[in-house]
Amino acid sequence: MRGVEPAPAAATAPPPPLDPDSRAWVRGLTLPGGERDVDVARLHAFLLRAARFELARRRTALRDVPAAELDDLAVQAANDALVALMRKLPTFRGDSRFTTWAAKFAILEASVKARRWAWQHREVTLEPEAWTRLAPAVAAADPEEAERLRAIAAAIRECLSPHQREILVAIALNDVPIDVLADRLQTTRGAIYKTLHDARRNLRAHLAREVDP
Amino acid sequence: MNEPPTGDRLLGPEPPELGCDECFEYLDRYVDAELGHELHEFSLCPACVGPEDCSRARRCLGMRAHLEGCPACAEEHASLLALAGRESG
Repeated sequence: MRGVEPAPAAATAPPPPLDPDSRAWVRGLTLPGGERDVDVARLHAFLLRAARFELARRRTALRDVPAAELDDLAVQAANDALVALMRKLPTFRGDSRFTTWAAKFAILEASVKARRWAWQHREVTLEPEAWTRLAPAVAAADPEEAERLRAIAAAIRECLSPHQREILVAIALNDVPIDVLADRLQTTRGAIYKTLHDARRNLRAHLAREVDP
Repeated sequence: MNEPPTGDRLLGPEPPELGCDECFEYLDRYVDAELGHELHEFSLCPACVGPEDCSRARRCLGMRAHLEGCPACAEEHASLLALAGRESG
């Protein structure tokens, strides 16, 4: 997906030179054959530390996972992150420190695995009419927010397609993680977010027309 | 992290925003900038959705908007910020 909205042409700078630490990482990881094994092992250890860090942040959601299985999840995340990173290594421009760039791969893999684990036995029901469950939020809100929520509910009914309603309700009301939803619908996280974005844009436009027809 | 009000979650961010793929692509440089580890002068990312505003703010506003609208990317951003901050701390 290229942005959620079409992007105007941006004037971008040429790749800057790498900082010394990043240069050392890239040099070590691009050595031929077995010569890079030490650096690959060092990178894997770093990715594993990042994956464990991410899983530790999610310990509440993962409290039922046995310790050994949790560590296995971290190892799988580090392995997958290493493969993804090595494939992307030629594109590393040095816009950030190498370690920050590398850690994002491990955090993505670990967080996706954690969310999938937490939702593996939970049913994701897609109900386009579930927006009617906004009633408790309306009841709990102050008068101004309640009025806003009633207007949003009317806009959901009038201007969204059933598919847009399903996606909006699943993510914004039922807290279904976007990658879990993408898995269940056999599509990508980017495609789901595009649908969510279009639904929100339609809602805002509809509400603006109501205020200023 | 405090959850935004229901109305805000339904309506999402108003400014132009990046998509999830671009968010992942440029998250590392955004986080290093937040941590004050900018290695270079600010420059627009190739996926910039608001060049004039971002140039003025010297910040990736499309990323900031996306992180307000996408709970999964916001979680990953918070984790990377915490980890990178700890690694450099």
